[in-house]
Formats: sequence, C-alpha cells, structure tokens
Amino acid sequence: MDNKQLEDFIKSIDQDLEVRIGKQFTEVIVPPAKLYSLARQLRENEEAQFDFMFNLSGVDYGHDLGVVYHLRSTVHNHSIVLKTRTSDRENPQIDSLAGIWETANLHEREVYDLLGIRFTNHPDLRRLFLDSSWGFPLRKDYVDDINIVTK
Amino acid sequence: MRFDFIASYVSAFTGPWWKFLYDFSLLTTPVHEWLNGSVSPFWTTVIEMVVVGVVFLLFYAVVGLFLVYAERKVCAFIQNRLGPNRIGPYGIFQTIADLVKLLFKEIIPIKNADSLLFNIAPYIVIIVNFMALAAIPYANGLHAIDFNIGIFYILAVSSMSVVGVLLAGWSSNSKYSLIGAMRSGAQIVSYELSIGLALITIVILSGTMQLSEIVEAQRTGWFIFKGHIPAIIAFIIYVISSTAEINRGPFDMAEAESELTAGYHTEYSGIKFAFFYLAEYINMFIVASIAATMFLGGWMPFHIGNLEGFNMVMDFIPPFIWYIGKTFFIIWIIMLFKWTFPRLRIDQLLTLEWKYLLPINLVNILVMSFLVLKGWHF
Amino acid sequence: MEEKVEIIATDEKQEFIVNMGPQHPSTHGVLRLVVSLQGETVKNIQPHIGYIHRGIEKMCESITYPQIIHLTDRMDYLSAHQNNESVCLLVEKALEVDIPDRIKVIRTIMSELSRLQSHQLFWATFGMDLGGQTCYFYGLRDREMILDIFEETTGGRMIVSYNCPGGLMYDIHPNFQKRVKDFIKYFRKKLPEYDTILTGNVIFRERTSGIGPLTLQDAISYGITGPSARASGLSCDVRKHEPYSAYDKVKFNEVLFSEGDTYHRYMARNDEMRQSMNTIEQLIDNIPEGPYAVKMKPVIKLPEGEYFQRVETARGELGLFVISDGNKNPYRVKFRSPNFVNLGVLNHLAKGFKIADLIAIAGSLDFVIPDMDR
Repeated sequence: MDNKQLEDFIKSIDQDLEVRIGKQFTEVIVPPAKLYSLARQLRENEEAQFDFMFNLSGVDYGHDLGVVYHLRSTVHNHSIVLKTRTSDRENPQIDSLAGIWETANLHEREVYDLLGIRFTNHPDLRRLFLDSSWGFPLRKDYVDDINIVTK
Repeated sequence: MRFDFIASYVSAFTGPWWKFLYDFSLLTTPVHEWLNGSVSPFWTTVIEMVVVGVVFLLFYAVVGLFLVYAERKVCAFIQNRLGPNRIGPYGIFQTIADLVKLLFKEIIPIKNADSLLFNIAPYIVIIVNFMALAAIPYANGLHAIDFNIGIFYILAVSSMSVVGVLLAGWSSNSKYSLIGAMRSGAQIVSYELSIGLALITIVILSGTMQLSEIVEAQRTGWFIFKGHIPAIIAFIIYVISSTAEINRGPFDMAEAESELTAGYHTEYSGIKFAFFYLAEYINMFIVASIAATMFLGGWMPFHIGNLEGFNMVMDFIPPFIWYIGKTFFIIWIIMLFKWTFPRLRIDQLLTLEWKYLLPINLVNILVMSFLVLKGWHF
Repeated sequence: MEEKVEIIATDEKQEFIVNMGPQHPSTHGVLRLVVSLQGETVKNIQPHIGYIHRGIEKMCESITYPQIIHLTDRMDYLSAHQNNESVCLLVEKALEVDIPDRIKVIRTIMSELSRLQSHQLFWATFGMDLGGQTCYFYGLRDREMILDIFEETTGGRMIVSYNCPGGLMYDIHPNFQKRVKDFIKYFRKKLPEYDTILTGNVIFRERTSGIGPLTLQDAISYGITGPSARASGLSCDVRKHEPYSAYDKVKFNEVLFSEGDTYHRYMARNDEMRQSMNTIEQLIDNIPEGPYAVKMKPVIKLPEGEYFQRVETARGELGLFVISDGNKNPYRVKFRSPNFVNLGVLNHLAKGFKIADLIAIAGSLDFVIPDMDR
C-alpha cells in the first residue's frame, strides 16, 4: 500500500484517528489509550502486516512527552509512523508494545532510562544505561551545569 | 691416605672426550665408584641425590624457558610475525627477562581464598613434573631412576598434576577458576584412559614396562615401524590425547582465554603464575619424551633391522641428539595443533574421547595382542 | 545500582552466576553479561550496557549538523564511514541538494571499503573467540592495507570523518584508485586462505553449525538487521531496498541464507566480503570528474519537520531520526543503531547452549559496544 492507501486503511480501522502524510511516511497520531489495540491490529491484519519495528524513539516536545514508532512490513514493504504523546510529565505512562514486537523491549527500556516514560506491562522495565539515582537526561528541562555546554 | 682411586679415575677419562656422548655410564660409573670408595654408602647416596637434583633443577629451568621461547617463535612464524626479537640475538633472552620480571612481581593475595591450598597448588604441579622427569631415559646411561615399572610410574605420577590444577581452581575463590578446574578434571580423567591404553598397546609389543628395556628393544627398529598399523594408530591416539592431557589447544578448555579469561590460574600472579606456566611447558616436554621413548625409540638411533652399515652411520649421531630431536619433533607437532585449530567445546571433547578414541583403542589393543601372539610383527 | 543487584539475587539457587565483563577478552569491549549457568549450560543472560554511554543523542541537540558527523564516527567505529553518510544523506535530503555523481561514487567505494575492513575484523575476532588465534593476525594483516588507504585519503585510519553535508571533506588522494585496485587484487588471493584456516576446519564446523539458530519470525520480531538477519533469510539490505549514493548503479547480490545459525551468520559476512569487492571493482575505474563538494550555506538549518534516513552499515541498518524545529541544531536526534537492537536477541539465542557457544553466538552477532551505548 502506498501512503494514501495507508491513510484510508487507518481511517477504516478507526475514524477518529488523526492521520497525515508526512515527508516520507504516513503518520498516525494516536492517543495512549488506543495505542496497544491499534498496534495489535496493524501487526495482525493481513493487508497491513507491520511485523518489523525498525525504530522507537522517545521525544520531549517541551510540554508533552511522546513516543514515535516506525513500523515496516517485511511482506508488503510499506512503512508507517505511529505517534503518541502524554501531557503528564510527573508520571507519564504508555502501554508497552513489547508483547507485539520483541525488539520494543530494549527500545522501551532505553526510552524509560533517558526520558522517564513508564511503559505499563513491560516485562523488565529497568534503567539501561544510567544509575537509578540519575535524572532523565533527554528531557528538555534536565539540568547539568558541568557536562552540558550551552552556547 | 691412598691415592690409587685417582689412577682408576684418570684411566676412565682417557680417550676422546666425546665418547661420553655415546655412553654416559662411562662418566657416571667412575664417579660413583670413587664416591663409594671415599665416603660411606649413605653419604654417597646423599651426594648423588643432591647432584642429580641440582642437574634436574637446571634442566627444568632451561627446558622450560627454551620451550616458551620456541613456542613464541613457532606461533610467530605461523602468524606472519617475527616474535621476540629485541633481547639478545633473535630475542633468545626474552624468556629470561620475562622470568626476572615475574620474580619481581607482587604476589597479589586473594580475598577469601583458601590460602594454604592456594599457595601449595603451584608446587604440587611442579613436584609432579620433577617426579615424571626423573624416570625418563635421556640418553644411553643418562637415566636417573630405572624402575622396572617405569611407564606405569610415569602414568601414575603425571596424572597427579590434575590435583594441583583442581586445588588452584577451587581455592582461588573465583568462578572462572572453578569452571576451569572442573573442566580440567573431567578432561584429564577421560584422556588418562586413552593415554594409558595407547601405551599398553606398546607394552604388549615390548613385553616390559621398564623404560631402558623398551628403548633397548627398539635397537632393531622403532616400535612405530615394528608394530604395523596398530602401533601407528596408538601413536596418533597418544598424540591427540596427550595434547588434551596437558591442556593445550585445541583442547585448552581449562584456560580457554576467550571464555574463562585464564581458567584455573586467573588469580595467580608473579612467580606462582610462572610455576603454572613453566609446568605447562614441562608437561608438554614430558608427554613428548614418552611418545619419543615408546614409539620412536627414545635415544635409540634410527636402525633398520640388521643393516649393519646403515646402523653404524646412524650410531655416529650421539643418542642425546636423537632423543632431543624426536622430542622436539613431537613438541613441534603439538605446537602446530595449538596455532592452527580452533578450540573444541567441552562436550565435543568428551564425546571424542568416550565415543571415538576409547573404542578404537580397545580394538587396537586386541589387534596388537593378536599380532604379538602370532608373531607377525617385525 | 540496587535494582541490578536485586535482579541477580532473585535467581534460583541452583544456578551459578558468572559475571562476564565488562572487562573480558571476548565481549569485545565493555559489555557486561550476567550469565546464569547450570553446570556448563546457559540458563539466562542479562546484558548490562552503558559503560561508555556518552549521551551522543543529547550532545547532538546542542551542536550543528556538520558537527554531528564527528560524533557518529565514534558510535560504530568500524562503520564510521556509513554512520557519517547517514547524517550527510539526511541533511542533503532535507535541503534537497543535488549531489554530483563523483561524490556518490566515492562515498560508495569508501562505504564498501569500510564494510570490507569491518568484516575482516569480524573474521579475525570470531576466529579468536573460537580459540584460533592465528585468524586474528591474518585478519589484521589484510585490514591494515585498507586502513592505509583510508589514512592516505582521509588522514584518519578508523575515525575518518570524510563525509560532510554536501559532499566530502577533501578530494581523494591521487594514489587512491591504484592502491584500491592493488588491494582488491591482493585480497582476492588472500580470501581463500581465510576459508582454508577457518571455514573448512572440521572443529570450526562442529562448533558453529546448528548453534544459536535464529528463525525468520524471530529475526523479524526482534528487529534484527544486517548479515545476522540475512543469514536467517530476512531480506533487509537497505542498499537493495532503498538505494542511496551509487548503489542503484552497481550490481551486487544480497547474501541470503535460510538456516540462521552461527555458521551461516559467519558465512553471510564472509560472502559479503566478496560482494563488496565486486562493488568496488565496478566503480573504481569509473569515478566521474567533478567537484568533491557542493557549496552549502555556511549555517545549515533544516526546515521544520521530521526526517528519517536509513543506511546499511557493516552490522545492519542504521536509522537516523531527526526532528528539526528550523534551528541550526536539531531538536531531537535518535540513532537506531543496529548493535543495540541485535543485543536484544542474545538471551533468546544462547539460552540452553554451553558457555563456549555463548561466546560463539555473541561473536557471530558482531557487537561493537560504543554503538550500543551511544
């Protein structure tokens, strides 16, 4: 499916989802509550078959914290981007997709480590690179006077 | 005071000096008689033991250091390198410099290690080495102890070195060491069988366990040629399993550096590490010596049956040279193994022994017994 | 640190826990594996990474795009060239800059040389992991020649920093073509030696075939890319699927196997060396004339938006995800590094095999630790 067909396909799954065609990929903005069920359908639907998660990145949008999922289908060779964000900076919670794509396991640990987003139902959510006493360095409000050189 | 022993002493030394090279008893017998004549038999024994002990210490150090150097050179040539070449001509003093460095190095005490066992483990390995070295015939008349069960004794003693390895691994309070020691235990217990059976094949052929007689029996031809195919099979099995017995590649499970860092001697430093390291090379020397003695005729020159002329020419080369040549040939083969093969896995190692080498060996013994019974050997 | 200790202590009492690394001869860097053993059998592996976490993604947020290439060099230092290329391609794509063919061809040659030296080092260290130390010296002997070629043209041996947004830092050295051709000629003769000493060895076959099999489904689910995935039959070569630089002009085969065990992961890399040489040979005589760099604006600012660029490094697919807010430095940079993703499958593969197999499996996945930690 090309980007336009993907847009129609997403609309057919859920009318309320915001879909836009970006520079490269079809981007779907999905609220955290609907993320897991949409991901599950994208993975299992015969026409979509997004079986390969090639990237998962956490983003601090300043006000919100978000996660961007890049999915690809090794069968149909099309790609899609899922975006979700939460405005809760104190205790951000997003459903884990590690049950659908095994590779999400390590990626989500990394995002938890660097941005502090808790993934619910994650099998083994621990800090990955840093100590548990460390802050969340990829957040924009992270302060480190010594190591970060600002112009 | 009587001086007539001097006359007999001097008379023993007349003639060309190189005659001792062909028969060392010409050198040792007069000295023994002179000692017996001048002091009591007890002191004779004491003095002789001290002299032999000092000679063995020197021999041990020289052979150990030379083998380390030889291995580094051999592996360098296989690997497109030069090897040690800075200290002395062709780097021949490199190992001596290494030894001096190791002597001065701090011996790091290990926390929670069993200090008694930890400290005696290297000495056990070294003592076992000496005990085995004593029974090997180096040349005509150059033989410290000639047991009538020589080969049995060497087998019994050399398998004790695993005790040192096990103690070292157990007492260092390190998991890598422990795994290394356990592997080494399993390995040596298994391969001891193959070594024993391979040697028994030759004992059947020779009819004696006394090493001097075994060498003497090869005057008309080495056992590897006399014993037909069973002897060759036994030789191949012996070389494979002795490589495993001394924990060298491709069977160096106990110190597999890519898995267990250094195995049982991970926690050792300084001269204690050097003891393990030297003992490894002397072990290689011992198994190569036994292979040379049992299969390739020890110090016996290369003889073909009753071909007088040819045998005379071969006799011209001193026995000690023959012995060293054969031993180092086998050492060289063992070194080639290590530097060309990847390492086996522990279960493959045990499979090789119990499923392949052992049955082949048992059949081989039967075949050899049949040959000897029928008198079909040369 | 309490968290980590707790996890270790809750393992079953029957298990013997060995801490492999961070300083260990065969973890190829500061990777720490907490291995639970039962006898010699591996029960569970907990990888601990982060010993050289430098925060490259955070650093990227405060520097400009041309500066980023000096950080990407230091991620996967064996694929430094491809890592740089990803940044350059992304910037050029975002600014819609037309890149002359000369630059594309030189980039492709350099990438393939990089891949070749990386696979040579893989071969060398894999042999050493299995106990064949001679392999290491054979591999390094030949790798040295590629590093010399790099040094002559770029001034660096490992950290080359040769690409920059808009082209190359400097033109190729006059000797470049001749030396590359000499090297290919030399290495075509030497490659059969590799097979003689390792591939054909019966012990090597015993140690690797059937060990740590990775099925196609698992490879997809774990997101494995690169030669490790292609050994399982997953066609994932970015050079084929989304050709960049001059890869659409050259003919080469994507090396695919279906078994997915350690031996085939090794063979995939071994065969890729031949494919890389073919690729270089097609291009080396046909480097077009032209400028070695396009004039770019002094301050590179990407239009607001999100960009994604994939390149094929020696270990798999490197994804570069950049969110720009229109400033001269990126808002968020994410590197999808192949080693980080491939690490996730280690526990799955090595469970139930022996310690020695764990080393072989980890070796066949060809980890570069700085790429995991970033």
